[in-house]
Amino acid sequence: MIEVTEKKDYRLVTNEMRLEFAAVSDNEAFARMAVSAFIAPLNPTLEELSDVKTAVSEAVTNAIIHGYGNQGSVIDRVQMNCELRGSVLMVEIIDRGVGIEDVNRAMEPLFTTRPEWERSGMGFAFMEAFMDDLEVLSEPDQGTLVRMYKKIGLGSWIVDEE
Amino acid sequence: MEEDYKVIDNYLMIKMPVEVDHHKSIDISKRADRYIVSKNVGNVVFDFERTTFMDSSGVGIILGRYKKISCFGGKVYAVHVGSRIRRILLLSGLENIVELIEN
Repeated sequence: MIEVTEKKDYRLVTNEMRLEFAAVSDNEAFARMAVSAFIAPLNPTLEELSDVKTAVSEAVTNAIIHGYGNQGSVIDRVQMNCELRGSVLMVEIIDRGVGIEDVNRAMEPLFTTRPEWERSGMGFAFMEAFMDDLEVLSEPDQGTLVRMYKKIGLGSWIVDEE
Repeated sequence: MEEDYKVIDNYLMIKMPVEVDHHKSIDISKRADRYIVSKNVGNVVFDFERTTFMDSSGVGIILGRYKKISCFGGKVYAVHVGSRIRRILLLSGLENIVELIEN
């Protein structure tokens, strides 16, 4: 099972939210809007906002079409966890779908398991390009966790511990 | 919806929606292919005038249509390409496939 409930040091966390939604493609736009609203207080630039929205869109699309096999079912769930530590955003997109056998292979640009769907194979490449850091944890038949970080605005990378 | 697709001579003009994601891309690809086959058009022009958001699904739409028409000598064009869409196209290496029309 993918471990997502690691003990967290809440002293550095300045904001947090958790969302769970049905794995249907309508919710790709919902997830983008939710994350935009969450980071709005940091006054992100238009480019930062687009970067985060694109990365979240890629991860949620992957969860729905690859994790749950393009079924678009309301029973299957995608979870989105967002957290702010000062001006650093962390987003996790989690599905309980089929998982990825070879994560390194999946992250290669243009690699796709479904060439017949006419997708670009650029999902992970976009997440990597538009965010500052990307981690992917996956187990076959258990699901996939995509964790991304991005610094928003002009604030510092490090939160002062008061 | 249908008015977003126009055939002029040998060109299919597609007005892309405000947000191009996987959800929208399924319908766009399907409609575009219907026009390409039924009206026998050789080239496709994507108009991004309204578009403020596009992820890799948009790249998939363009690549897919390119594959369909390029074997008959057709070309893919993009108009009203803002800095965001341009970045997406460059990142995915599509600048060799899509001709950007400056306006």
